[in-house]
Amino acid sequence: MESTVKSNLKAWLYLLPALLFLGAFMVYPLIDVFIYSFEEGYNSASQTSFGTGIYNYSYVLHDPYFLQALKNTLILVAITVPVSTILSLLISLGLNRISKLKELFQTIYFLPYVTNTLAVGLVFMILFKKTAYTDGMINFLITAFGGKSVDFIEGPYWAKMMVLCIYTVWIVMPFKVLVLTSSLASVNPIYYSAARVDGTSNTRIFFRITLPMISPMIFYLVITGFIGAFKAYSDAVALFGTNLNVAEMNTIVGYVYDMLYGDSGGYPSYASAAAIILFSIVLTITVINLLVRNRGVVKG
Amino acid sequence: MDTAHEYEKIEKSAKIKKVIGDSITYILLALWGFIVLFPFYWMVLTSFKSYASYNGEYIPKFYVSNPTFQNYVSAFTTVSLGRYLLNTALFTVITTVVMLIVTTFAAYAFARLQFKGKNIVFVLFLALMMIPNELVVITNFVTITNLDMRNSFPGLILPSVASVFYIYLLKENFEAIPDNLYYAAKVDGTSDFKYLFKVMVPIARPTIVTIVILKVIECWNSYVWPRLITDDPRFYLVSNGIQEIRENGFGRENIPAMMAAVVVISLPLIVLFLVFRRTVMSGVSRGGTKG
Repeated sequence: MESTVKSNLKAWLYLLPALLFLGAFMVYPLIDVFIYSFEEGYNSASQTSFGTGIYNYSYVLHDPYFLQALKNTLILVAITVPVSTILSLLISLGLNRISKLKELFQTIYFLPYVTNTLAVGLVFMILFKKTAYTDGMINFLITAFGGKSVDFIEGPYWAKMMVLCIYTVWIVMPFKVLVLTSSLASVNPIYYSAARVDGTSNTRIFFRITLPMISPMIFYLVITGFIGAFKAYSDAVALFGTNLNVAEMNTIVGYVYDMLYGDSGGYPSYASAAAIILFSIVLTITVINLLVRNRGVVKG
Repeated sequence: MDTAHEYEKIEKSAKIKKVIGDSITYILLALWGFIVLFPFYWMVLTSFKSYASYNGEYIPKFYVSNPTFQNYVSAFTTVSLGRYLLNTALFTVITTVVMLIVTTFAAYAFARLQFKGKNIVFVLFLALMMIPNELVVITNFVTITNLDMRNSFPGLILPSVASVFYIYLLKENFEAIPDNLYYAAKVDGTSDFKYLFKVMVPIARPTIVTIVILKVIECWNSYVWPRLITDDPRFYLVSNGIQEIRENGFGRENIPAMMAAVVVISLPLIVLFLVFRRTVMSGVSRGGTKG
């Protein structure tokens, strides 16, 4: 009896550091964020509030800055998730066809993963930016092909959105190419041999064998891609600076942080409400994805 | 005769098709390689251009006529890039070490020890994996502010030392180690503590290396939390430093100097990656997405 008590105690001791840290910085905040979000007129200086209710949510949902951030995030998700998934699939298929130089290509493609988002974002900024001295590299290319130069960093909305999407795709590609390439390589070659013997066309092989075999991985990438894109923030900061509301380029996460801290900060209640709205969106998409996936598996 | 001829023709056309297909594949792959590498090329190139020559180029040049190291000198003298690098290195090392200790102990408890409530605690742990950082950062910001730990290393480090995902990863790995080893060690009178560090940790080394790599990348690039918790440049990490340089760094729009700073910040992780290429890539494919 005594030994079980002792071994119980020992186990909890081993767990203690993790429990303490997770309790203080994850479980408690998780409860707290819901409380914050329902406390109306919370004042962080006097730590008092007027009462409880859903005013914070209604404020956030009517705030033009939030709506702008929501719109930006949705556009970003709608463009970058399909583009990066399809592009990475094409690249992985290409990588799987070749043997010479494969490792070199894989190494190069992985580089954006290990770079600092903020630092390399500056490079994208100067490539796209138009200043008094120069139109910048990209505009030089555009005019060389007979187009009209645009200021991608401080110019029209669509141009800014385009840079943000391009940079986001550039950043998320390494992970997708990495996992899709290994997933493609793990398809048993016997299926391909069998199909060849039957004289199946390449297109048919792709849609009937390759795609179904790697579809779980594609689903996984789409879900993580959705979640990642919904949480976009530092890429936007890298390109447009910290004052994203003025640049009309804020994201939902950016809105949360702006409400919390900085020139427009000091409103943890609004920040909490916005964070919970974001979390609900992400959760809904994850659940829908899982449902669709399960149905697909049962059918297939 | 005729059929042999036909066969040859078919084989030849298949071969030509393959050559054409391969060439197109290589061209497209090289094109994407070019897109990936171009920003790196541009930042290195620009970092060697002098301020005057950069601003004199209305049409940007793809080469440097008079390379200069002046930008690297200004990156370390005009702004405190050295301090940012040191802060980040310190932050990365301490966070990773503490995280590793916390993770190892917790994973061991779940994988090897028997205790009441183990299953329910583990399920609760797994549920925590779903919680995005954005949701808890608000309260953590308030907590750290109330504890008066803003602009300090404990404030930067403490919230990111416990990771449910890494505990899970290591626990799975620990569980794959045969029980017999444990019982044999127990018979020999080895303590749990000793067994953990003499037997389990060495066996699970690949997983531990994976965790370390992922954590180091995460720490080196972390931006949001350090930005919330530091407003004193003495505690800036590189991400915040580069943002500071961008917004009011060199007193004027000195893009070549900015690019020199970007090169210096990017280099450590790129070198690390090129040295441990295979380990990093297999670690990342096991360990999940960026961020």
